[in-house]
Amino acid sequence: MAAEAKARAASPESGNGEGKPGKRNVCAVVLALAALASALLFTTLLACGVGSYPTTPGQTLRALAQAAGVSLGAPVDADLAAVVVDIRLARVLLAGMTGAALSVAGAAFQGVLRNPLADAFTLGVSGGAAFGASMGIISGVAGAAALAGDVRALPVCALAGALAALALVLLLARAGGPLSGLRRETLVLAGIVVSTFLSALISLLKSLDEESVSSIVFWIMGSFQGRGFEHVALAWPYMLVGAGIVFWRARELDLLSLGETQARMLGLEAGRSRLWLLFGASLLAGASVAVSGVIGFVGLVVPHLARLMLGAGHRRLLPASALLGALLLIWSDVLARTVLPRGAELPVGVVTALVGGPFFCLLLARNFRLAGRGAGRG
Amino acid sequence: MLRAVDLSCGYGRTTVLRGVNLTMAPGEFVALLGPNGSGKTTLLLALAGLLPAAAGRVEIDGRDAARLSARERARLVSCVPQGGSAPPGYTVRELVRMGRFSRGGFWGGGCADDDAACEAALVDTHCLNLADRQAAELSGGEFQRVLLARALCQGRGLLLLDEATSALDLARRVEAFDLLARTHREGGSVLAAVHDLNLAALYCPRLIFLKNGRVALDGPTREVFTESNLRDIYETDIRVGKHPVTGAPQAHLLPGAGAAALPRG
Repeated sequence: MAAEAKARAASPESGNGEGKPGKRNVCAVVLALAALASALLFTTLLACGVGSYPTTPGQTLRALAQAAGVSLGAPVDADLAAVVVDIRLARVLLAGMTGAALSVAGAAFQGVLRNPLADAFTLGVSGGAAFGASMGIISGVAGAAALAGDVRALPVCALAGALAALALVLLLARAGGPLSGLRRETLVLAGIVVSTFLSALISLLKSLDEESVSSIVFWIMGSFQGRGFEHVALAWPYMLVGAGIVFWRARELDLLSLGETQARMLGLEAGRSRLWLLFGASLLAGASVAVSGVIGFVGLVVPHLARLMLGAGHRRLLPASALLGALLLIWSDVLARTVLPRGAELPVGVVTALVGGPFFCLLLARNFRLAGRGAGRG
Repeated sequence: MLRAVDLSCGYGRTTVLRGVNLTMAPGEFVALLGPNGSGKTTLLLALAGLLPAAAGRVEIDGRDAARLSARERARLVSCVPQGGSAPPGYTVRELVRMGRFSRGGFWGGGCADDDAACEAALVDTHCLNLADRQAAELSGGEFQRVLLARALCQGRGLLLLDEATSALDLARRVEAFDLLARTHREGGSVLAAVHDLNLAALYCPRLIFLKNGRVALDGPTREVFTESNLRDIYETDIRVGKHPVTGAPQAHLLPGAGAAALPRG
């Protein structure tokens, strides 16, 4: 009784005191997102100024302004404008969109499957999308399917491949058990098996088709080489729909992270919600792969980074992941196209794997330490 | 307001509950008792509409639970699960706030009620000092209090608790049951599965005993809480005395009275 009376007496003032950190927290989130957004804007300008064709910051700015219909002093020459806008800006936009899409998809996969190792890449979804897209190209080339030969059908083929691969991986990992009881390692193992198998199939398809080796590398390692505004136009509607689905259900992701039973206790139609979210995430991953090939580690690492910054609540995590993912992939692409001499390019997937792999190991080690401590306390 | 009619259900091919009938009127405080594996958790899940009935039906507020949407169901029934662990990255306040999901929009455009309900739940469960801590770093007992807070935040009309105080120390357990009693006095209904016979007898006017998936006993505490009933259900020798202060019946165990020592029949 005494304890209760004391707590009651203490509660009004601590209640007021606690209200403020809550609001301050919201401010901090808004500030962090604003900082990321301005970093993204700045990055876009910077990244448009980097490349083998020499440009000064002033020229870059003027070219970009000119393209936007604003005149800043003397007009820049057509070649330079073409390099800055048609080549670099398109590429930066595409890298940003892809990074955001892969990261949001990764956050959604991790949330739905309650698995910190999940991501379009580790689940084999990206592999499936690449396979779907390759099939689309091949069958188009062979004239078997006029629909697939149309480049506009590529995202659809990629989506079909992504969904098929996801279904296969979930079936494999599940082996009759309930989806929510999946072991983390089993799921990723199944993903890697499917992913590897599909990579081999893609290589086989390409070899049979006698296409150049570089295009195989494109699908398997991912690259923005030679991508332009037509690819931006190709991908954005799919990405918008996918992101819409996932963002709309951000709170459901929070509930799903509690596990199926508790999510349902709190009023979530868990099965339906999970299907929608998986579909949305596959849409994002499929559209990304259709225009840029398989780029690993972005979707895996970025949500973890965002979680470290802002916590796990998905209404903050998703926008933060999108912004961070865009930033990360734009810079990775800048590295990919500048690090080699004489204008040669690395596949951007190589850069993300080189940067992201070790980073993910760090996260993983930290994660296991936390998990161990949690278990010890429980 | 909560009714099970010839309810049978289970998991896959295993049937756990066999023909359970029970009715809870609004404003009742009932304890659900029974040995391990008697079907308490399963019954709670079925009554909450989370486990489909293989036969028979569950009625919540006079409506078939199977026909209610998840949101409607969650607005009528709040559940406190057995415990477990919190997902990493959420503060206690965020976790409690999830209790309002069934009342808000998708992006969480909740009403002013949400904040009030959340704060009241934190205050009532003495969790306010935990509010900004990471839920995943709480001890088992602290986390149970947070789960109780989340259920209160969800709604106080009908609470179903599954061993919701098992990890609490004595003072916290009394605190939690005082809170349940208060909720009950304020008009809420409570059905709590508990292992602690004496706690149940001390607080609840009505007890339901399950055994082997059937209702073995159901009635006012002073009538059903007898030595012979308890011996039959728990298969061990139990003596019943009176609580020195409230006069409620209290069970006492006898050392050396394992099932083998009890004369059968």
